[in-house]
Amino acid sequence: MVASLTTKTIVGLEIHVQLATRTKLFCGCALEFGATPNSRTCPVCLGLPGSLPVMNRAAFDASVRFALAMNCKIATYTKWDRKSYYYPDLPKNYQISQYDLPLGYEGYCDIDGDEGQSKRIRIRRAHLEEDAGKNLHDVPGCSLVDLNRTGTPLLEIVTEPDIDCAQDAFDFCTGLQKLAVYLGVSEASMQKGQMRFEPNINVEITRGGEVFRTPIAEVKNLNSFRAVRDAIEYESKRQVQDWLADEDYVFGKASNENRGWNADKQMTEYQRSKEAAHDYRYFPDPDLMPVTTTADWVDSVRKELPESPTVRCDRLVSAFGLSQGDADLIVADRGDAELFDAAVDGDKKLAKRMTSLMLGAAKKSANDRELTVSTVLPSATSWQQLVRMVEDGVVNASAGERLLLEAMENTAGEIDFEQMAKDRNLVQVQDVGQMSAWVEQVFTENDGAVQDALSNPKKAKAAPGFLTGKVMQVSGGKADPKVVRQLIAAKIKEMQTE
Amino acid sequence: MAKLLTESDVRHIATLSRLQLSDNEIAMMTEELSAIVGYVDQLSEVDVEGVVPTAHAVEVQNVFRDDVVRDSIGADKALANAPEREETFFKVPKVLDQDTV
Repeated sequence: MVASLTTKTIVGLEIHVQLATRTKLFCGCALEFGATPNSRTCPVCLGLPGSLPVMNRAAFDASVRFALAMNCKIATYTKWDRKSYYYPDLPKNYQISQYDLPLGYEGYCDIDGDEGQSKRIRIRRAHLEEDAGKNLHDVPGCSLVDLNRTGTPLLEIVTEPDIDCAQDAFDFCTGLQKLAVYLGVSEASMQKGQMRFEPNINVEITRGGEVFRTPIAEVKNLNSFRAVRDAIEYESKRQVQDWLADEDYVFGKASNENRGWNADKQMTEYQRSKEAAHDYRYFPDPDLMPVTTTADWVDSVRKELPESPTVRCDRLVSAFGLSQGDADLIVADRGDAELFDAAVDGDKKLAKRMTSLMLGAAKKSANDRELTVSTVLPSATSWQQLVRMVEDGVVNASAGERLLLEAMENTAGEIDFEQMAKDRNLVQVQDVGQMSAWVEQVFTENDGAVQDALSNPKKAKAAPGFLTGKVMQVSGGKADPKVVRQLIAAKIKEMQTE
Repeated sequence: MAKLLTESDVRHIATLSRLQLSDNEIAMMTEELSAIVGYVDQLSEVDVEGVVPTAHAVEVQNVFRDDVVRDSIGADKALANAPEREETFFKVPKVLDQDTV
């Protein structure tokens, strides 16, 4: 009989995020996706003798912002080191990275876990380093090298092995992308390869009280969230199978290995053993000066951080009673979220109305043009005015939507919705006498429906709605449907008692 | 004097440095590198008790430049000394064991 197995997947992630600077990390060459190969190079990023790197302040600042948003501690003293390796995509023969004193360390990010519980993934370190160039292999026997990417600033983020399933890794990575975009520290475009992932995976197997651990597999260079999820899924099965086939396939006995993800076959493939671990011979880069930070400066950067997407989402739900789904949609874009907050200005009533206008007609109209709501109609003042008008019954909901769509078609500036409503003759009639007169007229013209409302049990419920619609028609959409409904109900009651 | 480096150390360093050395050269390098390391090793005689580790001899910190684009030299200049090129790529012998950053 085979003793039953329980398995637990253990995953730590290394993630490279390209920072959204205009220029490279150590020289003034422009960062430009898709430029002519080797056209964005200079003596510094070509690694020519005698050239000297100088740190890009924007890259360092963005790194600190990102690290702080991941709740990292910021080093008071940080430095850069040379990591030696010989490949043509890095012509200096070393990469400038950070070895023992990363700029950020001991942070964490929370992701959604089961049953509304959040899970904490600890961040071991975040360090600023340069990217290598690109090798192309489309010529037999040769590699073609493009050094445009050489020297691109990357923040490398390393988590603790706190992730225990593929879905959590997926959620963590997508959450990190959202955060990076929110902070404005990275465009985090997957298409442009601005986020790359390397999960380190092994499995803890328990059989009859005995615990076994498989060797760690590092899956190299994944460039999509799905690949991260699928590769972890695959590895957590593959490693158990390999252990079942050979009980010496355990950590310490068998060596750790690098594997690559084959998306076509949906499997990882063995690349090399890590037994011959690379000896990178790190040493401090003498060309770059260390950077020191003060607590005051770090505090001031922390204060300027925007509210994180997760925190913001929770706040919209708890403060305004939005559904989680609606809150997610609003928060998905930072501009939209800020517009929402500015227009609503803490007023719960306005929040509901704002949500339905923003996520309904406005979002569709913006999406059709592949834009966000806040880029099409950015004025919070105008939004607030419109939302208030609908809320106060100055215009009804459908008129509000009509005004909004018209405004979004025509201009991106400030809009005077009140004037616009007057010009379009959409201001609701508040005069009860006028509305009563319309009700009288509709009752006279629609005797069938009136009789239904009075005495047809099958139609008594639907008839008042029909009559309300008629009154709205007669009024040219200007009657306040709430008042009209009340007037109709009162009139029917009156007729019944007569 | 006992050698500070063994021949196998030197072979390892040669591999890391992508150098192909003959057995004679290995023997010679072991001799010479040992002498160099031995010379530098004199530093370990200095008492550094209580001295904070330092990465730089110069007391300069926080040297930054602004994120302003400067002209690149252009592909043709970049490729001027390349032994081989293909369009505006450097053309090099095929890289097999490609590691990523």
